[in-house]
Amino acid sequence: MPIVDLMSGFVAELRRAGLPVSLTENLDAMEAVKVIPIEDRDAFKYALGATLVKNSSHWRVFETIFEVYFSLRGSQYNIVNATDEQADEFWRDEQDQAQLGQGEGRGAGGGGLEALTPEELANMLMRALMQGDQAMMRALARQSVARFAGMEPGRPVGGTYYLYRTLRNLDLDNMMAKLLEANKAGAERQMSSLEQRLAKDEYEQRIEQFKKEVEAEIRRRLVADRGAEAMAKTLRKPLPEDVEFMHASREEMQGLKKALFPLTRKLAARLARKRRHGRRGPLDFRNTVRHSLSYGGVPAEPKFKYPRPAKPELMVVADISGSVAAFARFTLMLVYAIQSQFSKVRSFVFIDGIDEVTKHFKATEDIQEAIHKVNTEADVVWVDGHSDYGHAFEVFWDRYGKDVNPKTTILLLGDARNNYHASQSWVVKEMRKHARHVYWLNPEPRSYWNTGDSIVGEYGGHTDGVYECRNLRQLEGFVEKLV
Amino acid sequence: MANAAKGAVAQAASTAGTSTGFASVEQVRSGLKGVNYLADDGIAGVVYLAQRLGKPVLIEGPAGTGKTQLAKSVAELTGARLIRLQCYEGLDESKALYEWNYKKQLLRIQADKKSDSWSAVHDDIFSSEFLLTRPLLEAISAADPVVLLIDEVDRVEVETEALLLEVLSEYQVSIPELGTITAKQIPMVFLTSNNTRELSEALKRRCLYLHVDYPDMEREKEIVLAKVPDISENLADQIARIVRSIRQLDLKKAPSVSETLDWARTLILLGVDHIDAQQAKETLHVLLKYQTDIAKAAKELSVDE
Repeated sequence: MPIVDLMSGFVAELRRAGLPVSLTENLDAMEAVKVIPIEDRDAFKYALGATLVKNSSHWRVFETIFEVYFSLRGSQYNIVNATDEQADEFWRDEQDQAQLGQGEGRGAGGGGLEALTPEELANMLMRALMQGDQAMMRALARQSVARFAGMEPGRPVGGTYYLYRTLRNLDLDNMMAKLLEANKAGAERQMSSLEQRLAKDEYEQRIEQFKKEVEAEIRRRLVADRGAEAMAKTLRKPLPEDVEFMHASREEMQGLKKALFPLTRKLAARLARKRRHGRRGPLDFRNTVRHSLSYGGVPAEPKFKYPRPAKPELMVVADISGSVAAFARFTLMLVYAIQSQFSKVRSFVFIDGIDEVTKHFKATEDIQEAIHKVNTEADVVWVDGHSDYGHAFEVFWDRYGKDVNPKTTILLLGDARNNYHASQSWVVKEMRKHARHVYWLNPEPRSYWNTGDSIVGEYGGHTDGVYECRNLRQLEGFVEKLV
Repeated sequence: MANAAKGAVAQAASTAGTSTGFASVEQVRSGLKGVNYLADDGIAGVVYLAQRLGKPVLIEGPAGTGKTQLAKSVAELTGARLIRLQCYEGLDESKALYEWNYKKQLLRIQADKKSDSWSAVHDDIFSSEFLLTRPLLEAISAADPVVLLIDEVDRVEVETEALLLEVLSEYQVSIPELGTITAKQIPMVFLTSNNTRELSEALKRRCLYLHVDYPDMEREKEIVLAKVPDISENLADQIARIVRSIRQLDLKKAPSVSETLDWARTLILLGVDHIDAQQAKETLHVLLKYQTDIAKAAKELSVDE
């Protein structure tokens, strides 16, 4: 395929994945590939990255798409090019070709791998991991996929299925224990705990790298089978800021957590700046007179005081029942990470009972730890541990209502799925009467609101606004508005 | 005809780079190594590309990973003069681009009040003699090869960013009284950002983007070996391993490369050639700057027993 067509397909896929690639950037990339030969794959990748990806959190998405579009191509990566009856024969062919490939120096020292028994293969893998032998690890990854993944052409199965099958056969957890033992036995003297820990980290990283090799190998074969476009579609993942709180997988959660920290830093810097520059303060008489001296006593240049607007007090009232727990956690993390922007932050969590958790955040600087304490120690179950907004609000008003004053902004977090309990929406009405603002953040898509047992409309009518907060991007937008 | 050809040659020579054009990515990498900067594939590739395409490079990444150093090293490598514009909140045109030397202008007007007609004086006081060049204009108008470093560009306000756009895309500065000053040769431009705010799309679009992250273990070891005199390979290896393990923890601030180097120097001063748990614990404060981080690292590396 000519490079131009390949590139336009690639850029189109980047855009579909949500990366903002502009026309000029596309042209830059075309210029860049002219001076960098495609054969130098790493340099080629970085050239495309430098011209097309302008945000480091998008790099992973870029990398995946790059792998799909510019993966090594060649007949040795085909899953099969014949019918099923010929599959056996094909595997032999395929392995011959693999060997040829190794002859060209791709997997040095990997010749004759297919003749090994599984035990021998495991031993070789262990040796490769022990020594950190990259070439050998790559060759073994290829061999493992060929042997264990059981890939069939045209089968509409995702790559994770093959990955699971390959890794199950390799039993890497056990491998880790064996590696550590071998390392201990190989040492001349007693190893200190520090050395053991370092060795463990080292092996963990090598195993991780091996897994990545296996994954890449599977992907290459799938691309060869299905074509780049179809493959890119199955691999398409949302950018970290677009991941929905309510449906995030564990891996995505990790990504979200990583994305949250730089975000809060940016947000805090931006808010502080906005506060200082938003408007001018009153005339600074002293400063004006002082500056008038250089104009011979004429106050030609009026000086103004820096405005010091009052920071709002914040009360966060969050539903932490199963379905919306992740959302509550992220909002609390975000709020506490920028708490310097508020004069005071108090937080309450509820399911059907309610409990104040401010003290957990005060006790430690580590937000993660505080969140963990909230999850384990807060007393939030009253009857059965199913969300009861009505009761929780009622208790809240009863216990803490007197602390709500005109400086307070109240954030209510949850999907308002009340399990058909009494809504007690008068509490929200009262809140609004006493507080400066009351906002409701709902992690559900707007189209689900007020369906089933969701009564967000009933509460929402008494607030200053209900906001859809499905992902980090929306949450960030709201917080900025709030301060 | 001959003239046009000559012009084309001059054009080619100017776009080919500051003093020496790089022939390949490999050459950039080895060249940078020669001036004691260990670049990985990404860094060398982007520097090469920037030089070939004549585009500015926007470098982002955590603090202390050698972003500013990269610009300095490239300047050293190409034998170019480094012009540095340190950004801060409140930076404006008169500090970044140019300013009229109004005191001198006043003197000029007073010196011959009688003799000259108004128009002569007017033309005269708005000539380059009365222009104070600031870093951006200086980089554009320099006759010798220069590398322009715009440091911590995320500190200026979004509105001020617009000042940079003309310089970065056209390599020219427009001065209403004088006209447009175009670069005689295209300087290499590096912008660094600590990512405290999102830069504008317009700025990003004009730049190549380079994210400099913490180096992997092998590279960090090489950096320690290159930058710390008299360090043994064994110790450097151990330092790099421990730092990698620490970076994997969930910390407030992960140790940067410069902190790794500080730690290595500290250990050398203490005469350590093999780190044991006790020494690691006693010197962790060089590497980490928050008490909670230190406690966590000490606990995680089980060096408190």
